[in-house]
Amino acid sequence: MALTKEQVLHVARLANLSLTDEEVHQAAEDLGKILDHVAQLQELDTDGVPATAHVRVSEMPLRADVAVPGLATSAVLAESPRISAGGFAVPKFMDEE
Amino acid sequence: MTEPLDLPVGELAHLVQTGAVSALEVAQLSLARIERSAALGAFLHVAEEQVMQAARHLDERRSRGETLGALAGVPIAVKDALCTLDAPTTAGSRILTRQPDGTCPDDSGAWRPPYDATCVARLRGADALIIAKTNMDEFAMGSSNENSGFFPAKNPWDPQRVPGGSSGGSAVAVASGAVVGALGSDTGGSIRQPAAFCGVVGVKPSYGRVSRYGLLAFASSLDQVGPMARDVRGAARLLQAIAGHDALDSTTSQDPVGDYEQACDEDARGLRVGVPRQYFEAGIDDEIREATDTAIAALQTRGCTLRELDMPHTHYGVSTYYVLATAEAASNLSRYDGVRFGLRVEGDSGQDIHSMYSATRGSGFGSEVKRRIMLGTYALSAGYYDAYYVKAQRVRTLMRRDFDRAFETVDVIAAPSSPTPAFKLGERSRDPLSMYMADVYTLPASLAGVAALSVPIGTTRPSEGRKPLPIGLQLMAPAGSERTMLRAAAEWERARGTPAPIPPVEA
Repeated sequence: MALTKEQVLHVARLANLSLTDEEVHQAAEDLGKILDHVAQLQELDTDGVPATAHVRVSEMPLRADVAVPGLATSAVLAESPRISAGGFAVPKFMDEE
Repeated sequence: MTEPLDLPVGELAHLVQTGAVSALEVAQLSLARIERSAALGAFLHVAEEQVMQAARHLDERRSRGETLGALAGVPIAVKDALCTLDAPTTAGSRILTRQPDGTCPDDSGAWRPPYDATCVARLRGADALIIAKTNMDEFAMGSSNENSGFFPAKNPWDPQRVPGGSSGGSAVAVASGAVVGALGSDTGGSIRQPAAFCGVVGVKPSYGRVSRYGLLAFASSLDQVGPMARDVRGAARLLQAIAGHDALDSTTSQDPVGDYEQACDEDARGLRVGVPRQYFEAGIDDEIREATDTAIAALQTRGCTLRELDMPHTHYGVSTYYVLATAEAASNLSRYDGVRFGLRVEGDSGQDIHSMYSATRGSGFGSEVKRRIMLGTYALSAGYYDAYYVKAQRVRTLMRRDFDRAFETVDVIAAPSSPTPAFKLGERSRDPLSMYMADVYTLPASLAGVAALSVPIGTTRPSEGRKPLPIGLQLMAPAGSERTMLRAAAEWERARGTPAPIPPVEA
């Protein structure tokens, strides 16, 4: 079953994606079909089955607390679309009301 | 005399090490073949100057009496998801270019990383020649290379067909003979499936065996970098160079790396091979079923014992993967926001930062990427998190248990790599779900984190409507047991006798 336009727009907003009307319409259909297929997971009884977040890492390995050189600032800024005062320049952002 | 580029990896390296052929000559031969094969769309960037310089330097070192590394002078192409110092790196996406309208990364102001991926650095350390960046589905999302932000890649066996994906360019580069080895990445089958479609060997190491540092991430609990080559021994030598713990990637294993080439010399007598019936049910192409059965029977003739397996959760792989991988991708791809690198779409002065994010991402990402980001976001969103994300994580445990149980009684699992041979360009690109189903046989090994590879076992028969197309056998081994599956794959090559077929040269 297709998602509603509102559902698609909600998800698009959460994901910071601007979509055309055509894209919204197509997404509603495509996502609906995929989610219909994914619903098969509900067939399985997973009571008491632990979730696998990660296949290998059970503990986070730590390293010694010793400072090591990182990237030079110039290398970091070299590929930025716009820099200002030694930092990344971005359009202003306002506090949420 | 065999041309240098048609030699196996180890033999070519030996010729360069002894000075019988110069690295410069090898580089020039490879550059020429790369140019001749341009119509296949395998390459996004050719590092011509860098490779000539590296080749000259290698020849100088040798003439000074230095011993060169295990991959001396071997031209290797690297998937564009891997960072290469000061060379264009786009992950097949226009969001890592300055202008979305250029025809290729070189025209479009592609991003240049300030460092090499660990795998790339290790290949350079072994004196390999990193000659080109290969085409791929955007951010590794795809099974046909049709989702590349630039242009599709084409199968050298039939250029009207896909090479598979997402490491399509790497598979084509090796299959066409333009390079001698390549690196791809595999999250749900993206090395194994294109290897099968193009008739080359492709290895997905067990999770954590190879560093992901410098691999532009798709799904962090699934991604692995791996080698592609024309034969098992070549893939083994490449794997040897890149495998092992990396302090820069805390998900890498501390386990010692085995001798992978030596594993290719061991015979497979007594190896217990499991055949899971779920991989042979409805939907598999008859010729693939037949070829796979024949290859498995050949292993039995060589002294392996066979056992049927039941892996009941196999068909839940697509659903599980397309929840978990997309959720992880939604998180990983949030860094492409126009702030620090790549494309930025800034409107008029009244624009705020959120509009910049949305406009940049809306413009820079292709439709499959947007689709998967939305799917992942939905699965993680309030009200759906338990039903989708947590549920899928629990099913992932059930799928891992299928493998744990299987490996109690067998050493290696044998199955087809793909239910079909290479399909036509455009055949599945309008139907995302049908494209996702292409990965049904490769997804389980990714979800379980085990080692897996594809080795070519022949081609389909030529017919009225269809040229012969390669078929791949998938071999899977427990995490950390790469040697076991290489041993089985090498045994298959010995059973086959002749080398794997190569694509017919276009007249």
